[in-house]
Amino acid sequence: MLSSIPIFPAQASTFAADVDKLYFLILAVTSFFAIAVVIFVAVFAIKYQDHEGTQVGAPIHGSIPLELAWSFIPFVISIGIFAYATVVYFELVRPPAETLQIYSTGKRWMWRFQHINGRAEINELHVPKGRAVKITFTSEDVLHDIYIPAFRVKADAIPGRYSEIWFEPSKLGDFHLFCAEYCGTKHSGMIGRVVVMEPRDYQAWLSGSDGQPLAVRGQQLFQQLACVTCHLNDGTGRGPSLAGVYGSKVELANGTGVTADDGYIRESILTPQMKLVSGFQPVMPTFQGLVNEEGVMSLIEYIKSLPAPAAPAAPAPAATAPAARPAQR
Amino acid sequence: MTTTAFPRRTYLNHEFGIKSWLLTKDHKRIGLMYLVLVTLAFMLGGIFAAGVRAELTTPAGDLWSSDTYNKLFTMHGIMMVFFVLIPAVPAILGNFVLPLMIGAKDVAFPKINLISWYIFLIGMIVTVGAMVVGGVDTGWTFYVPYSTQASNTNVMATGIGVFITGFSSILTGVNFMVTVHRMRAPGMTWFRLPLLVWALYATSLVQILGTPVIAITVFMLALERGLGFGIFDPTLGGDPVLFQHLFWFYSHPAVYIMILPPMGVISEVIACFSRKSVFGYSFVAFSSLAIAVFGFVVWAHHLFVAGISPYSAMVFSFLSFAVAIPSAVKTFNWTATMYKGAIWWKSPMFYVFGFMGLFLVGGLTGLFLASLGLDVHLHDTYFVVAHFHYIMVGGAIMGFFAGLHYYWPKITGRMYNDTLGKTSAVLIFVGFNLTFFPQFILGYLGMPRRYHAYPPEFQVFNVLSSAGASVLAIGYLLPFLYFTYSIFKGQAAGNNPWGATGLEWTTQSPPLPENFPDQPVVTEEAYDYSKREIKVA
Repeated sequence: MLSSIPIFPAQASTFAADVDKLYFLILAVTSFFAIAVVIFVAVFAIKYQDHEGTQVGAPIHGSIPLELAWSFIPFVISIGIFAYATVVYFELVRPPAETLQIYSTGKRWMWRFQHINGRAEINELHVPKGRAVKITFTSEDVLHDIYIPAFRVKADAIPGRYSEIWFEPSKLGDFHLFCAEYCGTKHSGMIGRVVVMEPRDYQAWLSGSDGQPLAVRGQQLFQQLACVTCHLNDGTGRGPSLAGVYGSKVELANGTGVTADDGYIRESILTPQMKLVSGFQPVMPTFQGLVNEEGVMSLIEYIKSLPAPAAPAAPAPAATAPAARPAQR
Repeated sequence: MTTTAFPRRTYLNHEFGIKSWLLTKDHKRIGLMYLVLVTLAFMLGGIFAAGVRAELTTPAGDLWSSDTYNKLFTMHGIMMVFFVLIPAVPAILGNFVLPLMIGAKDVAFPKINLISWYIFLIGMIVTVGAMVVGGVDTGWTFYVPYSTQASNTNVMATGIGVFITGFSSILTGVNFMVTVHRMRAPGMTWFRLPLLVWALYATSLVQILGTPVIAITVFMLALERGLGFGIFDPTLGGDPVLFQHLFWFYSHPAVYIMILPPMGVISEVIACFSRKSVFGYSFVAFSSLAIAVFGFVVWAHHLFVAGISPYSAMVFSFLSFAVAIPSAVKTFNWTATMYKGAIWWKSPMFYVFGFMGLFLVGGLTGLFLASLGLDVHLHDTYFVVAHFHYIMVGGAIMGFFAGLHYYWPKITGRMYNDTLGKTSAVLIFVGFNLTFFPQFILGYLGMPRRYHAYPPEFQVFNVLSSAGASVLAIGYLLPFLYFTYSIFKGQAAGNNPWGATGLEWTTQSPPLPENFPDQPVVTEEAYDYSKREIKVA
């Protein structure tokens, strides 16, 4: 009976073990100090007990060497833990170059996951074992948070911007998916499961859908919303050509630069005047209200899929594959 | 044992009637008036907590509706944070003992002190009123856009209540700060100040500098919710994360408003019951100031998964580790104070033992959360809930109880039953650990906070936690009973029942309305037990 009660979460991603190692290290260090202090307090309390309350203690006022020692030693240990924890953290927030891209939107009180090939699912997330998966997501209303304890990953879904998590599942099975940022009435019902499958099962699962690939939907939207009238691929339109722009450095009218990542493309669609590309007039209208978050994601996927124009002079670094370079934030 | 006679004229009996209390400018009476309000708030907050724990005994959300549950934890947080933890030690004990400790007749601005109490009362009436007419469900953190766009509960009224209450805190801070600067008795130099005074001084600094920020933040929230200003709403060009920065710029330092004064109390009690001066007095004093200052630069550790840049997360993680050091220094100094002491096992000291155990766990688990790679997993789980309850209930409330048991004879002139005092300290310690330790395990397992229903495999630890909460409730109820009993039947305490140093123990208990018969003069450092012959009641 007792064995069925978990006291420790499953390790189902490649860095779950790293996070747990960090946890046990800190647990060991802090337990040492806690136990040491408790022992000292207990020993002093018993050894120096005065039943009547009439004695006085020894006239000791302090010791500078001791003060320095117990300030300095914990400080050094803290820095050690800080450094180690920061290394683990950068592993968590820096996705590798090649990832399987999945999009997600949260709204009260459900998660929608959109796979690139067109298959979408609600409150369930199917992922292949052994592949780095990156989820780009936002919220359509209040704050939410994607939390998969077995993977040790978590990030808030914030309306108006993209968040990102990545993980590499290392274990087959079903795992909890929680919303970890309070979002109202059914916050505790905004849960689901993550299903880790063998890659070929995942492929089979993916194909069990009649949805169109995301980039195709993006292309259709690109026509419908008349983006195509200005953003000509040969660069002669009123707007900049979008071919090969994804992941590249863009020079802005105000003299600064920006990397054309998911967040920048989303911003350019919804608030086009904010970061205007150098050399273009501020003529683009906002598409706020005309395109929803899922539409924006398919447009991004379409823009990603556009091959870079065959530049004769500058060698375009590997921008031909649809899975473009990861967003650099 | 000789029976001590009660003093004839005291601050309690020199005038009578409800008016003599409601219009009093006596810091001691005002302290007691805060005690009444805070006790009411504590009971209310406790009832809300009971509602939360009762629901969580089963995985399904079957006792209350989700909306009711969300209101319960929200109102529990709001009552406990703004109306219990923040005022407990400064407004009750601080008001009572600060002028006595420095040999003053009263605080620097007695009328403002009374006004502070009325502001607190009005803030509490508005906030509780908002709860009575339907409650609020945003969580005590009021995060946008939920609080501005989605919640259809009494966000505005609650916000106004919190806004008003903040001014009480600011004014008390100003009052204490000026009092410490201007009202010290002759010979009471800065480095002769008792450490509780140092702690209250550092706290005042945080109250004065931090509280206006929460007032502004709540005001901006009201502008957006009521008038549609686009400060936080991304569709209007605002930024929801900005709210979190502003909120925690106050609310993290507020943690130090809650914990610094109890730390001061611990220094007093541990010195008295070890019959020794506090080890490393100046280190303990300056660590209070260091905590107050560093406390202002760690707020973004509440935002590690809220989309802040990894580099700023790194800086805030480092600073959060740094702020842990002064707390560690204090703990080591308290422990060393007991070395070669003459340790008298009385009720206040039992609460100190409890504080030491719980604060250690609370403080050290803070290191887990300051660690970036680990906080990603632990953020917004029950691990955080357990951590801050260890600090705030285990640390701050335990420290407050230590102080209440220590100063009760001074406040009322009467002794309470020491055995019952120790019993309740043990009950609180055991009940507390039973309630909150399982939550660390739940948190690492991944149970998110603010969940009305949860997966069935988390039930065992939740049941343990709820069971512990009932032990804890008995532990808190007991002092209420024996303190009340002692007011009527307790033995006379005499001026100095604990044989303590400090000016507050040189005057009668309960003190004169004007505190001291003559202006006291200080000729020795604090906690100078070595030259003393100690007589105890």
